[in-house]
Amino acid sequence: MLKKISSIPFKGTPEQKTKLDAVIAECKDDKSQLMHVMQEAQGIYGYLPREVQVMIAEGMDVPLEKVYGVATFYAQFSLSPKGEYDISVCLGTACYVKGSQQILDKISEVLGIGAGECTADGKFSLEACRCIGACGLAPVFTINGEVYGKVTADDIPGILAKYMD
Amino acid sequence: MENLVNIKINGFDYQVPAGSTILEAAHSAGIEIPTLCYLKDINAIGACRICVVEVKGARSLVASCVFPVNEGMEIFTNTPKVIESRKTTLELILSTHKKECLSCVRSGNCELQQLCKDYGIEDANKYDGAFINYAIDDSATHMYRDNEKCILCRRCVAACEKLQGISVIGANARGFDTHIGSAFEYNLNDVACVSCGQCITACPTGALSERDDTQKVFDAINDPAKHVIVQTAPAVRVALGEEFGKEMGTIVTGKMVAALKMLGFDKVFDTNFTADLTIMEEATEFLERFEKKENLPLITSCSPGWIKFCEHYYPEFIPNLSSCKSPQGMFGSVAKTFYAEKMGIDPKDIYVVSVMPCTAKKFEAERLDHTAVKGLADIDASITVRELARMIKKAGINFNNIPDAEFDAPFGLGSGAGTIFGATGGVMEAALRTAYEVVTNKELPDFDAFKDVRGVEGVKEATYNLDGAEINVAVCSGLVNAKTVLDMVKSGEKKYDFIEVMACPGGCVNGGGQPIVPASVKNFTDVRAARAAGLYNDDKNLKIRKSHENPDVKAVYDEYFGKPGSHKAHDILHTGYTERAKY
Repeated sequence: MLKKISSIPFKGTPEQKTKLDAVIAECKDDKSQLMHVMQEAQGIYGYLPREVQVMIAEGMDVPLEKVYGVATFYAQFSLSPKGEYDISVCLGTACYVKGSQQILDKISEVLGIGAGECTADGKFSLEACRCIGACGLAPVFTINGEVYGKVTADDIPGILAKYMD
Repeated sequence: MENLVNIKINGFDYQVPAGSTILEAAHSAGIEIPTLCYLKDINAIGACRICVVEVKGARSLVASCVFPVNEGMEIFTNTPKVIESRKTTLELILSTHKKECLSCVRSGNCELQQLCKDYGIEDANKYDGAFINYAIDDSATHMYRDNEKCILCRRCVAACEKLQGISVIGANARGFDTHIGSAFEYNLNDVACVSCGQCITACPTGALSERDDTQKVFDAINDPAKHVIVQTAPAVRVALGEEFGKEMGTIVTGKMVAALKMLGFDKVFDTNFTADLTIMEEATEFLERFEKKENLPLITSCSPGWIKFCEHYYPEFIPNLSSCKSPQGMFGSVAKTFYAEKMGIDPKDIYVVSVMPCTAKKFEAERLDHTAVKGLADIDASITVRELARMIKKAGINFNNIPDAEFDAPFGLGSGAGTIFGATGGVMEAALRTAYEVVTNKELPDFDAFKDVRGVEGVKEATYNLDGAEINVAVCSGLVNAKTVLDMVKSGEKKYDFIEVMACPGGCVNGGGQPIVPASVKNFTDVRAARAAGLYNDDKNLKIRKSHENPDVKAVYDEYFGKPGSHKAHDILHTGYTERAKY
């Protein structure tokens, strides 16, 4: 699936940059460490916006397009930030047969974002994930780790309302 | 002695060098295996599966472009299984290919079209299904990209990365969504692309092509108010013939000039003339800087792809760039000043067209910051060799059967030194021929005195003694090689006085605006060497082989500029550069 590039302004902190610089300093002589650096960067920033990819490209002395090519090839890399509330809908087999796609669609409809995206106010991000090991509660989704099980599409607006001030 | 191995191809015995690929071995045996993604030296990825063959004992078909031969190997290049596989691959490629061959710029020299013909594809829509619509990227000055015609062979990506060391394009996303693009899906105009066009000449289909300016030129020719003049770059005369079936390396100057006259240009001039003019200015500039030890090494400025590269990636070298406009730019400048005055024509009514082996010249033509006449472009249209060929064909000119014609005065004479500008090392050699005589006041004893700077190697170095002064020079082509040289200068590892850089590997003879050579030829012929040989032969056959002996050049100094490096020459023939963003 094509990844959506976030238009939410980058809000990196000097502390985050110091951390990334340290990772790059350790790896910059070995270009095969690019993936590793990208994983670390995503760990630091939560996602890989253009600003971060430029830092990696410059630091590792690889073309930006290379970094972006890797970032868009592997599912593990995100181009969108995580929201204040990170929603993860399980599309594992059990949840899927119990209708989790409709759950995902409903959340998507209420928040106006697709999977892999973040709302413009930075409040919610949405993701589809594989089995989280709670098949007995299928269909399930989590908000910042809190599990909601045996839900229906009709439950969604009510659940989300709790997070919208 | 070369290590040989015994192999069988289609039942016949052959001895081939160990380590060669099946593709190479078959070629040496007179069997051509079709390829699509393979480009010698830069793209051996075995991705497209068109070159598959059967190897006895192998589990499945193997990609011959990457599979090495070994002792006793039995290869079958032509079995029903092989043919069926290639055909299916083609049909699958066609399922996501915009099949508008009738209106495609590459119709007739498209490698995909040729293969479909060779393999007898009956139903081009056999596997029609999902199709991703991509917008055409025509943001850049010099080219467009139509991803709906892209077959994802990655030859363009390899050219950008391996030849030029730039990598502003690559494969984005994954699986069915995979497409060639730039980081964050920026348009080409918004990334640090240098406009060299090497991706275009690498492309097997019509996915990449130069911006077509031929209509603009036809319109100008048909406008009675315009005095339309044309200049042709040194490397055009040795490549244009290929578009009309001539052997690679054939010089077609006479026919080219005749065709341009038949197209209706008011005057047909030779860029070799301004190449000579460039040498006068640049040799002067070099000797001045060399004496003062200022801004050395001096780096040539003829190649607009190189200039843009320097501005984006090595701005610290901008002071080292020669301030001379390129021969294209100098021609436009002289045309709109000296020529306009001489002919009594308002420069506004002079329309200058250039025929260039280059797509970056289109970008250069649109740099309007240092034009000779304020508010007027030096060059009104810059077209590639491919576009000129298109114009000639459209006009129904039977190129091979027209009598030769000669360039017009007063810019019709070019020296051999100007001619060799088209090959890597040529500008350096031309400059040295002149610098030698200026410095030593002696006649150059041997035209091969500077032959160390000739040849297709990516980096060449030499040291010459001009009247006691040692001059260290370097010549490089292909920007990946320019990077190597500049990095060595930066680190202090090397010290040069004069560097020639050409963006395209081999120089302009292999420019991004030259006729497209299919991979089936390119993989086994050195295009750079074949075309360069034509230019060096031309040089040898010319009476005048030094820029400062060109009477047209002398005249333009006598009548107009005074002397090389004069104030007027600086105003009109020189330019400046701008630092550009890398991201």
